[in-house]
Amino acid sequence: MDQVAIFAYQIGVSFGLFILVSLGLAVIFGMMRVINLAQGEFLMLGAYFCTIITQAGVSLWIAIFLSGLAVGLFGIIVERAIIQFLYGRIVDTLLATWGLSLFLVGGVTWVFGPQTESIASPLGSIPVGDYSVSQYSLVMIAFAVALLVATYCLWRFTRFGLVVRGTMQNANVSASLGINTSLIYMLTFGFGSMLTGIAGAVLVPVIGAYPTLGVAYIAKAFITVISGGQMALLGTISAAGLFGTIDGIVAYIGSSVIGEITVLFVAIILLRLLPLGITGKFKRGV
Amino acid sequence: MALKIFALDPPGTPPKWWWWLFVGTAAAALLLMPEYLELYVIIDLTSYFIFALLALSMSFLWGYLGILSFGQTAFFGLGGYGYTVLALNTGETTGSIFFALALPMLFSAIVGYFMIYGRISDIYLSVITLVVTLILEKGVRATSGDQYVIGSVRLNGQNGIPTVPALKIPWNTSVEFSFEGFFQLAVVLMVLVYVGLRMLLLTKYGRVLVSIRENERRTELLGYDARKYKLSAFVIAGGIAGLSGAMFAIWGPLAHPQMFGLGRAADVIIWVLIGGKATLIGPIAGAIGIEYLKVWLGTQGVGQVPFVLGLVLMVFVLLFQQGVLPSLGMVISYARQSLRRR
Repeated sequence: MDQVAIFAYQIGVSFGLFILVSLGLAVIFGMMRVINLAQGEFLMLGAYFCTIITQAGVSLWIAIFLSGLAVGLFGIIVERAIIQFLYGRIVDTLLATWGLSLFLVGGVTWVFGPQTESIASPLGSIPVGDYSVSQYSLVMIAFAVALLVATYCLWRFTRFGLVVRGTMQNANVSASLGINTSLIYMLTFGFGSMLTGIAGAVLVPVIGAYPTLGVAYIAKAFITVISGGQMALLGTISAAGLFGTIDGIVAYIGSSVIGEITVLFVAIILLRLLPLGITGKFKRGV
Repeated sequence: MALKIFALDPPGTPPKWWWWLFVGTAAAALLLMPEYLELYVIIDLTSYFIFALLALSMSFLWGYLGILSFGQTAFFGLGGYGYTVLALNTGETTGSIFFALALPMLFSAIVGYFMIYGRISDIYLSVITLVVTLILEKGVRATSGDQYVIGSVRLNGQNGIPTVPALKIPWNTSVEFSFEGFFQLAVVLMVLVYVGLRMLLLTKYGRVLVSIRENERRTELLGYDARKYKLSAFVIAGGIAGLSGAMFAIWGPLAHPQMFGLGRAADVIIWVLIGGKATLIGPIAGAIGIEYLKVWLGTQGVGQVPFVLGLVLMVFVLLFQQGVLPSLGMVISYARQSLRRR
């Protein structure tokens, strides 16, 4: 029984991790079609902001919120300075954001040095039979689910969400209906960055903050969103569910690296079978 | 003359007599270099020419087929590790070089089959090749334990394999290549691959590749199976990258997980982008120039080279689309035309 619980816990953590690291990308790449290779560095910035704010004596929960805002703002600056000139030039976006990613990794290493800045994990652990699981991992899963639900509700039930979805589907029609599409693009990009920033901050107590943190997660995020396909959120959930389960099982048996490699091969085979991703056959939606 | 080549010799047209003259002279001059230059310069230059091979494999795919394969470093790394592991196990180096060609070609055939026959869009292909190389890096880095042994070779994870055997002369296997000999080998390979790709692009096969870049749908409607052409080109480029990787490991001598890494992958893109992807000679110049710049920045005490490179990359994408050499070529031909009008 304990074995089963631990096993389920492992899969839950994998799933939560996949959701956290790919949700922001699902908005920026899945909805806006902007291939943002600096996404991992947004995660890294979130982690650093959170570390700095907590070290200044602020409680972790407020720090997570503030880091989200800070990275969101940073995203808006990036959108205005670089991305807005590159909509529709997909390869150029990819290259420019890669430049941004190198720039950020270099800059952060310059300022903070290459070592890992860590903060203490705030919660203890719960015993499950002979094993114990960390409470914070459960919080992480809760954060993943909460962000997911919040994003879904924002897109599905608010006027802002409606306008965003309309603009992403057909910017010209939205513009002719009197919507400032440039502003909407900017805000959506900022929102995606904010989600990533929060994710980075949530991960800090587990993994710490270091300059190349982004590289470790960018691969995960991209395969999840690409395999998800057309419908950014639903696709990401289903891909994260699938990959999280595989990763959880393989990591439970072998090691986490083998888990990741297995996920990659599953993703490549999946894309051979379903080139448009898991939700490719569905009509376009959230 | 040299600038004329960059500006007025678009690959795809049969080369003029002066192109042969240029390539011949350049090759002869490079081969004679060890007579005149200090040994450390020769050793540095060797690595630049090895990188030029990698740049060629990239620009062939990106500039002529329109596929941006971020993960050429996956094949680069596989070539390096393939050579190292086989050469250490067998002691045979010439055969291992061919293995370092074959292994990445096989791997690119498998990965390429799934991507290209899956008809995923070019941009997804870019991202997936990137993901492949990142995960390979992670995988190799995780092999530090004693249990990760191929034959008699420990993979050593993070630390890489520092005991890469030097290349031996194929017809006299008791003699190793000297530094000068290895330099000349790198030059020969670079020139051969350059001329080879240049000639390949003149054949019917090469023209189909370019037409796929221009319009894939139309090419297919004309009866060509674009997937077959794309996959074969992907495999050729994989082989060239693998060869480059094996040479680089020998040059080190070190086979290291960084060969797969994002940093190296970024370098390749920057070489090709800055040299100009619409030419084959541009990326060679880009590889040599940027690598030189990196070494120079290092000696100037700029600790964060990626910081500078990132900035360069952003500026180039936003301001100079075509790369330096073609932009320069365009300026020159424009100047010449306006002079003529007067």
